[in-house]
Amino acid sequence: MRINKRSIGLAIYLGLLMLPIYWMLNMSLRTNADILGVFSLYPKDPTFANYVKIFKDSAWYSGYINSIIYVSMNTVISLLAALPAAYAFSRYRFMGDTHMFFWLLTNRMAPAAVFLLPFFQLYSTFGLIDTHIAVALAHCLFNVPLAVWILEGFMSGVSREIDETAYIDGYSLPRFFLTVFVPLIRTGIGVTAFFCFMFSWVELLLARTLTVTNAKPIAATMTRTVSATGLDWGLLAAAGVLTIVPGALVIWFVRDYIAKGFALGRV
Amino acid sequence: MSLIFDEVTKKVERDIHLSEVSLELKPGSHNILLGPTLSGKTSLMRLMAGLDRPTSGCVHADGQDVTGHSVRKRNVAMVYQEFINYPSFTVYENIASPLRRARVDKVEIDRRVRGTAEMLHITELLHRKPAELSGGQQQRTALARALIKEAGLLLLDEPLVNLDYKLREELRTELREIFNRRQTIVVYATTEPSEALLLGGTVFILDEGRVLQTGPTADVYRKPASIRVGQIFSDPPMNLLAGIIEGKEVRIADEICFPLPPHMAGLAPDQYCFGVRAHRFSLTRSSPQDVEIEGRVELAEISGSETFIHMSLNGIAWVVLEEGVHPFRIGEVLRVFVDPGGLFAYDGSGKLVRSPFASPIPQSEPEEVNDGGY
Repeated sequence: MRINKRSIGLAIYLGLLMLPIYWMLNMSLRTNADILGVFSLYPKDPTFANYVKIFKDSAWYSGYINSIIYVSMNTVISLLAALPAAYAFSRYRFMGDTHMFFWLLTNRMAPAAVFLLPFFQLYSTFGLIDTHIAVALAHCLFNVPLAVWILEGFMSGVSREIDETAYIDGYSLPRFFLTVFVPLIRTGIGVTAFFCFMFSWVELLLARTLTVTNAKPIAATMTRTVSATGLDWGLLAAAGVLTIVPGALVIWFVRDYIAKGFALGRV
Repeated sequence: MSLIFDEVTKKVERDIHLSEVSLELKPGSHNILLGPTLSGKTSLMRLMAGLDRPTSGCVHADGQDVTGHSVRKRNVAMVYQEFINYPSFTVYENIASPLRRARVDKVEIDRRVRGTAEMLHITELLHRKPAELSGGQQQRTALARALIKEAGLLLLDEPLVNLDYKLREELRTELREIFNRRQTIVVYATTEPSEALLLGGTVFILDEGRVLQTGPTADVYRKPASIRVGQIFSDPPMNLLAGIIEGKEVRIADEICFPLPPHMAGLAPDQYCFGVRAHRFSLTRSSPQDVEIEGRVELAEISGSETFIHMSLNGIAWVVLEEGVHPFRIGEVLRVFVDPGGLFAYDGSGKLVRSPFASPIPQSEPEEVNDGGY
């Protein structure tokens, strides 16, 4: 009886949670005229025209490609920078290490708007505006500290004696790191990559400011769909549905470890 | 290979982990570091391995100063108390890894891995991952990895502590045989006197970061030079009874009085501390000169097939180790017997003046132990 009550509660919660997503899916399968004309709980005359338009119109699909390019670049850069940093924080004691560790996290607390103007000027000076690498680097501001925090937790869970045994066995630090240590924390690396991916994927402010057309992210494209005929709701909904897909895919792969990631590896 | 420590001190922030330790490990020698937890055994081993750098003092290996040399350049192998293996490698790769790093030929690696695995009885586990092994098998893998390297210095930091009793017994005996067949310096840290005695060799008694006594293990056991050494090298710790020698009599706490045993002849009348190991007490009289002591049972703990009986009498307390399982009630009055011939006598400053083992055995500090002037 108890379990039943709980299941009902969970079902209601899940229903409320899924409602907006369902509504978006519903809209994405209808034409704009239909959406504005009739209220319907399900698409009476489902059409894939919105999706077809997104996949055919380069203004739309290039947004996805751009996003995926800079998000992937950012994930790789963040991991490459964070792995050695996290190892240092986890294994060595140096002057001001705890303060520096905390300072890293404060970078995540700062609102992106604070960095907007200096970044715009800096990237303009170097001629990086409207390139994928510009957005990828800008997102490192949030993702490197986060990656260091998560990875440090996972690394500290590996006993230090393993490092020492490897040195006694004759491993050099880089070789030990790549062949012994990285396989040990691959869960942590997966979780970290997921978090970097998600944060970079949903970030709009910096991505929109630093790009014009060549590296314009999908989120920016979606905010610029007002045309002479007004907003194209169906198209926007279809784009929204497609935006969820990559995140959902990544979550599927790391679903077992995500809780540990949220606890920064300290579970 | 030989290793010499010259007044090595290790401090971590304000804490002194080792204080001016000087010692010499001779080629092919088997050395036991015996001391309670926090006595500095692990600190000393880490310095021997080169994992840590001493705060002051020098470390010489084969006559060369190697103080501060990286562990990669030292010819050492080490086994930890925890079972440390590379979790992502199979047992085979774990054992082979030191040879792979040393770029040994593949055929040679295979031959040596199989040989070492054979010796440690893990041949059928070679294809497994360490997580699929029991604790004993994991430690065997770690031992195999340390042994295969044939390093000049083999360090074992309480390798059997985390194993259950039976496995420990089994591995202990095997280890002794393996060590005997090798030419390397073996350093074995333990808290257990019985383990030290079984492995033999040279013992270093450590306490609070200092080496208290050094010598052949059996000799140190027979002649613990100070009260502290006696306590460390007995399990349970040596019983200490304060008493006086008056003429031809020994008197302990006014209650117990017996004639001066022969090995204490010639001791000047004074206050002494008499040490007696728990197993020297007996519940039955075994010889006419046995002293009978009556005391109250404070606690009787059964450990394996032995019973530790904690007893007291008018403020003095002692522990009796009796073979077999004996359920005693707390508060029960019990008679125990002890042969005064088994008593160690320590003077006021805690130095050994008489040992029940009369025959003069060469000692590292003979002037303190065998001086007839006491």
